[in-house]
Amino acid sequence: MTNKMRTSFLAAPYALWVLICTILPLFYILGYAVTTSSGSFTLANLTAIADPVHLKSLWLSIKVAFMTTVICLVLAYPVALILHNLKITNKAFVVFLFILPMWMNFMLRILAWQIILSNNGILNSFLSFLGLPTIHILYTKSAVTLGMVYDFLPYMILPIYNALAKINDQVVEAAADLGANWFTTFTKITIPLSRDGIISGIIMVFVPALSSFVVSNLLGGGKVLLIGNVIEQEFTLARNWNLGSGLSIILMIFVLLSMSIMNRLDDSENGGMLV
Amino acid sequence: MKKKLLSFLSIIVFTLAPVLGLTGCGSDAEDTDTLVVLNYGKYIEADVLKRFQEETGITVKYEEYEQVEDMYAKYKAGSINYDVICTSDYMIETLRQEGELIPIDYSSIPNYENIDPAIIDASEAFDPTHKYTVPYFYGTVGILYNTNMVDEQTVSSWDSLWDPAFKNQIVMINSQRDAFMVALEKLGYDINTTDKKELDEAYKLLCDEKKYVYAYLQDETYECMISEDAAMAVCYSGEAAMGMEYNEDLAYTVPKEGGNLWIDSWFIPRTCKHYDAAMKWIDFMCEEEAATENFEYVWYATPNTKVAAHEDAETLADETVFPTKETLSRCKLYEAYDNETLDYTTNLWKKLKAF
Amino acid sequence: MTKIKKGTSYLYLGLIFLFLYAPILVLIVLSFNNSMSRTVWGGFTLKWYFNLTSNDNIMDALGTTIKITLSSSILATVLGTSAAIGIQYMKKRHAAIMLGATNIPLLNADIVTGISLMLLFTRFTPLGTFSVVLAHIAFSVPYVIFNVLPRLQSLSESCFEAAMDLGATPSYAFAKVVWPEIFPGVLSGFLMALTMSLDDFTITYFTKGAGVNTLSTMLYTQLRKGIQPELYALSTILFLFAFVLLFVTNYKGTTKEEAKTK
Repeated sequence: MTNKMRTSFLAAPYALWVLICTILPLFYILGYAVTTSSGSFTLANLTAIADPVHLKSLWLSIKVAFMTTVICLVLAYPVALILHNLKITNKAFVVFLFILPMWMNFMLRILAWQIILSNNGILNSFLSFLGLPTIHILYTKSAVTLGMVYDFLPYMILPIYNALAKINDQVVEAAADLGANWFTTFTKITIPLSRDGIISGIIMVFVPALSSFVVSNLLGGGKVLLIGNVIEQEFTLARNWNLGSGLSIILMIFVLLSMSIMNRLDDSENGGMLV
Repeated sequence: MKKKLLSFLSIIVFTLAPVLGLTGCGSDAEDTDTLVVLNYGKYIEADVLKRFQEETGITVKYEEYEQVEDMYAKYKAGSINYDVICTSDYMIETLRQEGELIPIDYSSIPNYENIDPAIIDASEAFDPTHKYTVPYFYGTVGILYNTNMVDEQTVSSWDSLWDPAFKNQIVMINSQRDAFMVALEKLGYDINTTDKKELDEAYKLLCDEKKYVYAYLQDETYECMISEDAAMAVCYSGEAAMGMEYNEDLAYTVPKEGGNLWIDSWFIPRTCKHYDAAMKWIDFMCEEEAATENFEYVWYATPNTKVAAHEDAETLADETVFPTKETLSRCKLYEAYDNETLDYTTNLWKKLKAF
Repeated sequence: MTKIKKGTSYLYLGLIFLFLYAPILVLIVLSFNNSMSRTVWGGFTLKWYFNLTSNDNIMDALGTTIKITLSSSILATVLGTSAAIGIQYMKKRHAAIMLGATNIPLLNADIVTGISLMLLFTRFTPLGTFSVVLAHIAFSVPYVIFNVLPRLQSLSESCFEAAMDLGATPSYAFAKVVWPEIFPGVLSGFLMALTMSLDDFTITYFTKGAGVNTLSTMLYTQLRKGIQPELYALSTILFLFAFVLLFVTNYKGTTKEEAKTK
């Protein structure tokens, strides 16, 4: 027992670190959120979320984040399943193949999407080459959603893949031996057993999508105002740090709420990575 | 037992130490031979910056920002002590009113005589006593259009931006002040109005426009026009000149209702720690050779009268780069908004973007 | 039947990889484009690659990026690994608190993290390269902890105690029993911290000092008037470097594993 306690002191530097670099900054933000620019106490920055402009952008953020999550899930599950069945000896290789694109700078990659999606871009040139009608997609909500799906897809694939890897193949084989067809095995065995992966995937996509602002800046053409953009602009353009902080706190509360709902579905006991 | 644990911890500390040492030397040390400069992004020829450091032995910490509001946010954050800053007219006025400026010692800037007196006079709008600023570049806001898609007659008025025929073909400028300027000009109001009714009208007009707008852009406007993704765009004259260099079908005009003339100038903020070096910097920027190099990189109108000798007739006659007297007569400088008006328009702008 | 199934599987995987790598292909093509504009094809050139080393700005930014990324990810790995071990042996309630706090940087919008750290740093230390390193550690430590912790959890506690009962010192037991088990987790945590740090823009933007530029912040200011094509070239090199590295380590990894199974 004493051994255990001693070992637990290895976390002491980190505990100090958390206190200074995580908790303290939060208090700074909270401090700004509940004061006016002249320093007196107010709740106006928190209730400002009820302003139609803010409500509208929050609702839009939720819609975009929801769509992003659903599309990511639909795209990612088959990928994870196929990869799992590929019988690849080296897991790490697959994992890294999905985070490798990150070694190309994020802003450059989104910029490349501009070039692909623009009115006279690569996609439309390709479509007209095939004799198909061109589409107007850049600087719309669809483009923002696409950019987010692109950015967050790996975060959905990896946890599902990891969850699938943990499933004992013999269970699946047993189901097949007992006469279950592919579909029944999939819905009754594979999906329920990979639920943890699905849930952490959903959280890992939904949360950053909810607060993102760079993708909508670059692919939304200034026409898509998400709650992340509102917060960013309060800090930069409008120089209202108090309102920006207040809305950040609201966003945080919102994220925590949606997380606790997701976590209720997730009954795994180990306190793993929540996000 | 405890000792073993300690030795383990000390191993961690030793692995930490060299890394900490490595980064430690990267932290700032105050010394006299440095200068902290804040300027718009890509607003200086790299060679000029290099030459300044070589010739004066001063190390320049060069910072860039994107929009004029970013500059204010960065400066006001107070996390960095800037020595010399370049920004636009009305922002300088705001800072002057807030008492953030330090007078410039013009006697230590011999090259100041290279600056066009007409531009110095125009600077009176934000520096009425000629105490605080040295002009760097100036230009206009107008319409860049593709001559194959729009005819000159159409874009001679701001009305063209409300033409349903160009749905999804219009790029609006992604800058609050400039966008309101366009709407106010169309309505025939003063671009510096603080009348809320007039601003509301302008806001409604911009809401009408939104359905025709392809995108609100600032940085990427010229790329968008080069690739002919849009037919016309509201943008700065330098941006237009850049676009015209790559696509011969592009042209630029300041509509007949009038527009905005802006002047970007150097000034010394209150946070200045290296005043003498800052003077040397401003002087260097006014020097003939440096100004020429900068001009050939930036393509905005230079207030430096010595540059003309280095340019060919075609460049000097380019009305996009150097606005004509007639164009200038239609353009006005922005005046700084008071806080109330600023908050009001900021809110309208946010509403425009959200709905 | 299975052939068709396999075929569609591969086709689907191929499409997903096309989606993920299409923008990268575009950027690689741009690095050979002999034009300053990204929308005009000016012919094939290698000049951006040759110009690269003579561009002081980009080389400076690259140096700063490497310095910040390496030091922050190494420090985050050390801090995170020791924290994970400590948390594993903590009382349940304390561990829950620590993990809750660890989740905070992951939950917060980047901009909130960036600004709150800036508010903190300006009070106590001048902004510079060092403040960026601190900020990067702050957001990358959680990734290390959450990569190491599952490894520790799957490691039977009794293994460590058995080793000590058999007379091993704690450090010996750690080196011989614990470390080999958690090493893959430490490595993937380190690589994740490295990647996150390399890719970050927002937090760097708010916490950096005057004249400090990483590749990300440099790109951001360059969006205004077009990106120096040398940056496409540099990104291509960085990407290919990572790709080759991945390929080589993977090749080594498989051969080792094969040897083991024999």
